[in-house]
Amino acid sequence: MSPLSRRDFLGVGAAAGAGLVIGFYLPHGEGQKGAFSPNAYLRITPDNKITVVCARSEMGQGVRTALPMILAEELEADWKQIEIEQAGASTLYGDQTTGGSASVRTTWDPMRKAGAAAREMLISAAALTWNVPRSACAAEAGHIKHTTSGRTLSYGDLAGKASALPIPTDVPLKQSKDYKIVGQRLARVDSPDKVRGEAVYGLDFRLSGMKYAVLSRCPIIGGKVSGFDDKESKKVSGVSYVGKIGDSAVAVVADSVWSAMEGRRVLNVTWDEGPNKDLNTAAIMESLKQGAAKKGANLYAAGDVTKAAGRRISAEYQLPFMAHAPMEPGNCTASYQGSKCEMWIPTQVPQDCRDSVATAIGLDPDQVKVNVTLMGGGFGRRLEHDYAVEAALVSKAINAPVKVIWTREDDMRFSTYRPASLHQLSAVLDGSGYPVALTHRIIAPSISGQKGLPVPNGVDPDLPDEAGPVYEIPNYSIEYVMTETPVPLGWMRSVYALQAGFALESFIDELAVGAGKDPVQYRLHLLAKGQDLPYFTTIWHTARMRAVLQLAAQKAGWDTPLPAGHHRGVACFASFSTYAAEVVEITMDNDQPRVHRVVAAVDCGQVVNPSILEQQIQGAVVYGLANALRAKITIDKGRVVQGNFDDYAPLRMEETPAVEVYAVPSQEAPTGIGEPPVPPVAPALCNAIYSATKKRIRALPILS
Amino acid sequence: MADITFRVNGSEKNVSVAPETPLLWVLRDTLELTGTKFGCGAGLCGVCTVHVDGNAIRSCSTPVSQVAGKSVTTIEGLGANGMHVLQQAWIAEEVPQCGYCQTGQIMSAAALLAKTPNPNDDQITQAMNGNLCRCGTYERIRKAIHRAAGSGGAR
Repeated sequence: MSPLSRRDFLGVGAAAGAGLVIGFYLPHGEGQKGAFSPNAYLRITPDNKITVVCARSEMGQGVRTALPMILAEELEADWKQIEIEQAGASTLYGDQTTGGSASVRTTWDPMRKAGAAAREMLISAAALTWNVPRSACAAEAGHIKHTTSGRTLSYGDLAGKASALPIPTDVPLKQSKDYKIVGQRLARVDSPDKVRGEAVYGLDFRLSGMKYAVLSRCPIIGGKVSGFDDKESKKVSGVSYVGKIGDSAVAVVADSVWSAMEGRRVLNVTWDEGPNKDLNTAAIMESLKQGAAKKGANLYAAGDVTKAAGRRISAEYQLPFMAHAPMEPGNCTASYQGSKCEMWIPTQVPQDCRDSVATAIGLDPDQVKVNVTLMGGGFGRRLEHDYAVEAALVSKAINAPVKVIWTREDDMRFSTYRPASLHQLSAVLDGSGYPVALTHRIIAPSISGQKGLPVPNGVDPDLPDEAGPVYEIPNYSIEYVMTETPVPLGWMRSVYALQAGFALESFIDELAVGAGKDPVQYRLHLLAKGQDLPYFTTIWHTARMRAVLQLAAQKAGWDTPLPAGHHRGVACFASFSTYAAEVVEITMDNDQPRVHRVVAAVDCGQVVNPSILEQQIQGAVVYGLANALRAKITIDKGRVVQGNFDDYAPLRMEETPAVEVYAVPSQEAPTGIGEPPVPPVAPALCNAIYSATKKRIRALPILS
Repeated sequence: MADITFRVNGSEKNVSVAPETPLLWVLRDTLELTGTKFGCGAGLCGVCTVHVDGNAIRSCSTPVSQVAGKSVTTIEGLGANGMHVLQQAWIAEEVPQCGYCQTGQIMSAAALLAKTPNPNDDQITQAMNGNLCRCGTYERIRKAIHRAAGSGGAR
């Protein structure tokens, strides 16, 4: 196994003579004499090297391992033989956006078919070579074997002959019972370089002669540069350029990162504060309350909630803006050269970067080459292309290669934030305390709407993945009221599902408590029938949610007594086509929860790599706990208040519970796992806190 | 500007930089040792952790002038003679997700094991609590440290 490493990059760069340390996007077919490359995902060369292209971005979620595993399975490759190549922005792979927990879900079929087509062609090539029937040939571990004589040929031996054959369109795919690679705990391909410090993240990428830039951006949302005095900046040794970039920033360019930072520290910029200079969080939350008076767009409607009669219970929940705060701050390296521009960027959206850069610097998209580096976390922050555009503009301004670096404060204050939201829940109860009607109104600004993307019928396009119904309630309405805010919005891990899940699962807990029933049994009662709940293009199966909830409860020992002072809470939610349930166990320590144990169960269809699945779920719990306990971005005088990890504090080791992960065995097509385990965390924790204190938390964060 | 001499991973280095430049940027930009990462610039996250004379420090908040005449070890030097037992344990426990913080995590863990070859959970938490991981790998980090300690600890 030889994943992308600094040495490989060095080799490529040296061979290309471009003076590059890294140059890892090789268009297919170029200089690959005798290569067998039946599709854009796979290349087999006569030296028996098998290269699989990863056309999604690696941000820690394991795509550079998981996606090639899927192809290798159908190829009947020897996994140890596979080398991985990272695709940059391309026209060969469809939409390369890495987000929405969709990489495995959307490449499952293309990767399988790519591997299977190659396998069938290699079998044909061997049959022709030996002049034997195809049926007498079998693919196994990187070889074709003639079953009667025992002769074998490696895939490399067959590459030349296979490449001359027609590419089959309809190929048989393997049965899951025959899988040898998919479903195995194979080691991630990227771990060795990461622990040696040899993995190349965007921040580590280097071009010879490259300058470094930091930007002073207007701290007031929507404000602009009115003027700047760079006298002091230019006195800093190494500073070579200070200039306005776009309307609202001034770049300081220097020979080193530190000189650029020092140059920015003494830069004097005057700002045109614009329309938001008095904006604050209280006004934003008030605007959500006002929005609640409006009629919203219908997301889901079963039965008729207006006709249900009985005792009514209502509650409101609210959530703040939150920031992704990936460990690697924003950065991008750009080399503008007149009629072309090359970029090296840690991005979830290489194609958007290409297009935005082209527009910003007046080139055609095909004149912009975007290379995708490793990302030090993404969580949705790198679905934006701001770093790319800045770097291209600075490179053009100085006519030299440059790396734009954001500091942590830049990342915190100029992010795109998870939208603040308000939720109005209302239920009409039958005589046993179960809802015969449930209404969930989501009042929040639209991420896509703010960005000028389509919002068909007033429905933010993310809501179909993230706000769906969970329970069998005969009259059930989910409604979305789109509000507006000047605060920049972005897609943050689990997006609206975090908000919707917190509100719904806190409310269901309130209903269970009000009915005097066990919270797990109460939920199971609402999942008992096994119904299909159609929601946009998804059909949620309550039987699958029931099985997940039962699994979590059973593994957590829900029905067994806890030590004195320990309390449990439960929540379940389905998003991104995956079902998730979690049981959180806590004690209270000076009014603060201490989380001891989290048991998570999911149904995400076929698991591709159980180790990566565990990583994703453990990580989602840690991320979700930080969101629930402390994550809060506030606005004062039009500015983001928080700046670093002291006032926006992620979870540390001392707060991290033991997380147990269970997946329902499944041969269904795989869905997503990066985001779906996040939404149950906050409500399960708050429900545990209720169990301990009888205090209901209806606004996050818990420790505000 | 000042000429500052110190040892990095066993070799003597002489750099000519502003003396207040944080060690982090001298390592990354001047000496091209990019295994040490930038995360917060304020000593809050630990991704920039290196050893100075065997002690784990935050290189983002340490002026390079303070290490003059001292011996610095970075992740590149930790496993210079083959992978360090912690690096092996990190792979065996499949710790890294994005991996960005892991070099700093490993440097903090190495300083711990050098002084406390068989740490208990509380000692691990105390030593590692200053190292943030947004991917949430803490549980596997703890397992990897126990694994490394069990296989002979620091070298």
